[in-house]
Amino acid sequence: MTTISQSMAPGQLTAGRLPKVVVPALLAGAALLGLAISLLVGGGNLALAAALAYIIFLIAVEVSARIVEGARQAADRRATSMIVGAFVLALLPLGSVTWEALSKGAARFDLTFFTYSMRNVVGEGGGALHAITGTLWVTGMATLISVPIGLMTAVYLSEYGAKNRLAKAITFFVDVMTGVPSIVAGLFAYALMTLIIGPNTGFGFAGSVALSVLMIPVVVRSSEELLRLVPNELREAAYALGVPKWLTITRVVIPTAISGIVSGVILAVARVIGETAPLLVAAGFTASLNNNLFANPMMTLPVFVYDSYAHPGVDVQVYLDRAWAGALTLIAIVMLLNLIGRLVARRFAPKTGN
Amino acid sequence: MSTTTAPVDSDTSPSSAADPRRFGDRIFSGLAAASGIMILVILAMVAAFLLVEGGPALFADPAKLISEGYGEFASWVAPYAFGTVWAAVLALLMAVPVSIGIALFITHYAPRRMAAPLGYLIDLLAAVPSVVFGLWGAELLAPSVRVFYVWLNENLGFIPLFDGKVSGTGRTILTAAVVLAVMVLPIITSLSREVFLQTPRLHEEAALALGATRWEMIKMAVLPFARPGLVAAIMLGLGRALGETMAVTMVLSGGKNITFEILTSDNPNTIAATIAQNFPEAFGLKTNQLIAAGLVLFAITLAVNTIARWIVSRRAEYSGAN
Repeated sequence: MTTISQSMAPGQLTAGRLPKVVVPALLAGAALLGLAISLLVGGGNLALAAALAYIIFLIAVEVSARIVEGARQAADRRATSMIVGAFVLALLPLGSVTWEALSKGAARFDLTFFTYSMRNVVGEGGGALHAITGTLWVTGMATLISVPIGLMTAVYLSEYGAKNRLAKAITFFVDVMTGVPSIVAGLFAYALMTLIIGPNTGFGFAGSVALSVLMIPVVVRSSEELLRLVPNELREAAYALGVPKWLTITRVVIPTAISGIVSGVILAVARVIGETAPLLVAAGFTASLNNNLFANPMMTLPVFVYDSYAHPGVDVQVYLDRAWAGALTLIAIVMLLNLIGRLVARRFAPKTGN
Repeated sequence: MSTTTAPVDSDTSPSSAADPRRFGDRIFSGLAAASGIMILVILAMVAAFLLVEGGPALFADPAKLISEGYGEFASWVAPYAFGTVWAAVLALLMAVPVSIGIALFITHYAPRRMAAPLGYLIDLLAAVPSVVFGLWGAELLAPSVRVFYVWLNENLGFIPLFDGKVSGTGRTILTAAVVLAVMVLPIITSLSREVFLQTPRLHEEAALALGATRWEMIKMAVLPFARPGLVAAIMLGLGRALGETMAVTMVLSGGKNITFEILTSDNPNTIAATIAQNFPEAFGLKTNQLIAAGLVLFAITLAVNTIARWIVSRRAEYSGAN
């Protein structure tokens, strides 16, 4: 009672409330003040201005709410400001990365970039054709390996496992597998290939194996979730017609969930297509086009970006421009895959029968 | 009764195994089980092959490692192991409060219709490839935060964390940790969002009905309920931060110093970054030694993830009762 009565005038039934215009007004004032201070001491640094404005706003809201509304409302407003602030803060890197990639990547985002490799290129010119085809080969092969294993495991977990100990162990280790660091997956692929064919400088298929280790758990998780969404009535109807279980699964259960499964696979591809570290270790570097997954190093787009940045030639800027163009291409591919994945999921959503 | 059960029994009797359709059933279920077992085998192989290829360095004579490798194993890997954990912890210190704030914003503050698109916006952050974050951190973030580091060092230099000579490039462990924080943010956010959404609606409404403000409701109903889930989300974020390679490789100018000073140019490198930087040029025993370092990293992340998953699964068992 004490806290409430403090903020209430005698004879008044409700506690005071700040008028609705106060918070926007304080925000605008704080922004102006922050900008002014930043101009005076920091030479107009925008980051400094924003940080100062935010602190001034927090203090102003706290003080005015405490005077008019009392301590509890002030705490509520403080929490609101900080939570909204956290969200805005997270948008900054997203906006900054997108802007940087667009503005710096545009310089070399041209026809040459998509039609030339880096073979015999030391200065200007050159492109990422070898890296783009390499990425398609390696990721395509990884998808070919991961989808059958991942999908069949999901089928086992949702249709056959019935919570037995093997299913429980698989579920647990699939979760553990999602946490395998990407570079460890690359080292694994390298170690595997070294044991089979001896020391090597990397080749495309090893990269595919590394990516599969990262991709399989994603495919299992999303497919299992989708298969479990298929209504049991469909299975029972099929059994009642005398259809064997495996045909029920392949002709009824999977087709019902296929859109979700496809979208899950696309999102899984989007996740691994940007992986750099495992390919750096397992697939190696090259400046030339290589369409053979099983011999000689194969360049991939993420490794191309890293290589252009980390090992530039004499004219550093030329290499940096190529790195940013590669980064822009990579972002475009990943965003496109994400978009397609979500569209497929929404457009062809499973028909649940009602 | 016996007559009605007889046909059902015959379904599983040996005679029906000749039925081609049941034969297909057995093959299909066998394939499904084999795929599941395959996953267990792959995970076991990851550990086994790292051990086989890393073994020569793990069990080699220290003198041989000094002449042909990078030096005695334990003392070589110790600073990197420290750097890995230190960078990840710094990243989490920044990412956790922000992620929980974002998750609360999306679940409890944003207008209902905006919640899904805003969540998608944060998920986009997870879609940006790590190499792009590395490029961004090295080219844009590191040069622009240096001013701030100088200020921190001059005004708060008495705190050991900010002591020492400020790096001229801004490529310090703090910058790397900021990039890592941005990268683990969407993971912690999406997991916390799920946990917050599971809060029983009645608990929230009861708190509000008793006159609690929105923040008091969150403190009393949402956060206590979500605590185990949040711990698991943070652990999974930690696992991701420990294993992240490219951001650190490209941003940090790492060395072999074990130090808690986060603004200087003497930074401990991380295990993952050390492997990425040295692997392409390594040969012979050096390769083995890097793989052994990978094994150390694998062990650290495996432990962190297993604990996190254990917390999640333990929670799943009793959360239904609420």
